[in-house]
Amino acid sequence: MTCEPVAVLLEGSAEARACVLSGPLSFWGGVDSLDGRVIDATHPDRGRVLAGTILVMPCGRGSSSSASVLAEALRRGTGPAGIVLERPDPILVVGAIVARRLYGAVCPIVVLSGPPIADGCLIRIEAGAEGGFIEIVAPGAPDACRPGAPQPSGTV
Amino acid sequence: MTPRLTPDDEAALSGARGPGVALAMDVLVSFARAIGAPSFLDITRAHVDGCLYHGQASLDFVERLVAGGTRVAVPTTLNVGSFDLIHPEIMRLPDAEADPARRLMRAHEALGCTPSFTCAPYQTLLRPGFGEQIAWGESNAIVFANSVIGARTNRYGDFIDLCCAVTGRAPAWGLHLDENRLATMLFRLSGFPASAEATDALVVGVGLIVGLEAGPAVPVIEGLPPPRDEDQLKALGAAAASAGEVALFHAVGITPEAPDLARATGGKAPRAMRDITPGDVAEAVARLSRVPEGTALAAVCLGTPHFSDAEWTRLLRLLRDGGGASQVPIYVNTGRETLARLEAGDAFAGLDAARIVPVTDTCTYVTAILEDLAGAVMTNSGKWAHYAPGNIGVEVAFGELEDCVLSARAGRVVRAR
Repeated sequence: MTCEPVAVLLEGSAEARACVLSGPLSFWGGVDSLDGRVIDATHPDRGRVLAGTILVMPCGRGSSSSASVLAEALRRGTGPAGIVLERPDPILVVGAIVARRLYGAVCPIVVLSGPPIADGCLIRIEAGAEGGFIEIVAPGAPDACRPGAPQPSGTV
Repeated sequence: MTPRLTPDDEAALSGARGPGVALAMDVLVSFARAIGAPSFLDITRAHVDGCLYHGQASLDFVERLVAGGTRVAVPTTLNVGSFDLIHPEIMRLPDAEADPARRLMRAHEALGCTPSFTCAPYQTLLRPGFGEQIAWGESNAIVFANSVIGARTNRYGDFIDLCCAVTGRAPAWGLHLDENRLATMLFRLSGFPASAEATDALVVGVGLIVGLEAGPAVPVIEGLPPPRDEDQLKALGAAAASAGEVALFHAVGITPEAPDLARATGGKAPRAMRDITPGDVAEAVARLSRVPEGTALAAVCLGTPHFSDAEWTRLLRLLRDGGGASQVPIYVNTGRETLARLEAGDAFAGLDAARIVPVTDTCTYVTAILEDLAGAVMTNSGKWAHYAPGNIGVEVAFGELEDCVLSARAGRVVRAR
């Protein structure tokens, strides 16, 4: 896959390394908005840092308070640069739209039904009113957002 | 899919009703698009669960609305906050956390919301009626409104409940619509004696099992013994919504949309069926009690969801019958209206030794109130037992209200039977 159409939940553009989680994540109780780290003790990706990555996961999970935590992370600059889901998640959309309206933080959210994205590859999201796509810009550096990896710089 | 907007919706979105309503409508449109709602409908009431402080963004959003002169468009109650404004002396929050918590509660009042600060808005004068379209946050309130009252709401939450309140609109989808309210999964009580009573343990156990297993299905429960009062349906719904994502349950012959099984399911066969046995209930309830009998108690915590008038009456009678003295404090979360009614009379006369600590505006599992966290805490709430260990780091014993009172008197976990 180099270019794949997506359904647009929230418009915007982003380019960053993909942080592909192995399961759904609740931002509330699951992400520390101080540094964007996954803190859910039961999550297999605990310790990974979402800040500045494009978060790729099946869907969100749990409490509606995840909207507040995502908005707070985007306010602090510790949130993801964009989010790619397999199923629509209105709670994350609300968090991201609130952060955009309050702080101008851009975090496009799209739904991909195409082939899976490899962890660590550099991807670009272009999501507009008329539709959107994901482009694989460069192949994976799989450990790019593993614990201890250097922080990628923000791209939005 | 972009939702269809009426001319009034368009006007709200373009700022004709002020910048706050425009912001709220913009958030609602994004939300509606994400869930695939085709349009919006009018609501008559809202209950906003925005007073728990999750960070600066929570406060910035509400204060942005306040700065724009925004007012709620429909009668709106407020859920609990992180601070007891009526009893500040019992709070153990550091100022750095107490200040934004109080500010967030006050900002919601400035929008014209009723300062109810209760998770049981159905106990207030603003209780909705059957069939009303409402937008409610707070999981126990949502399941109570849908199931026990027959009002109609989806699971709204952070930001969205407030956006509905200031616009008076909600996306037309999910449980607002007839077809999505029909039961699709049958839970049948099986193997219980005909004389089985609806004890607190039974309703909480059934609630936990339904919550864990229903997933996104609408559950109908057949064979539930007649509940003592609506507080037991409150407890069942709260347990179901804590253990899972239940927003509506039917109980055959008990809840208003289930006079019989056929009407609860719309005459269709349920897609899934599950028997609930006495053993299942005992197991579900046993999982809530993490300490052995006889364990020393630090406190008893009641009123999650907030204690009703009827629950207070039972508690105060049990305390008087038992002589009225307790070894440990009995914290009781309740609505400020409910407590004001009690305090206006002589409800607490002669009960000084019972060590009752009324808590309003908040709840003992979401903020720092308990004086002593060393020792187990006993509760008759499935919801409190589910969340408190993770939230405030206590060990929990679950029991009937009678057991909680007995244990408070003994200072350790004991049971009547």
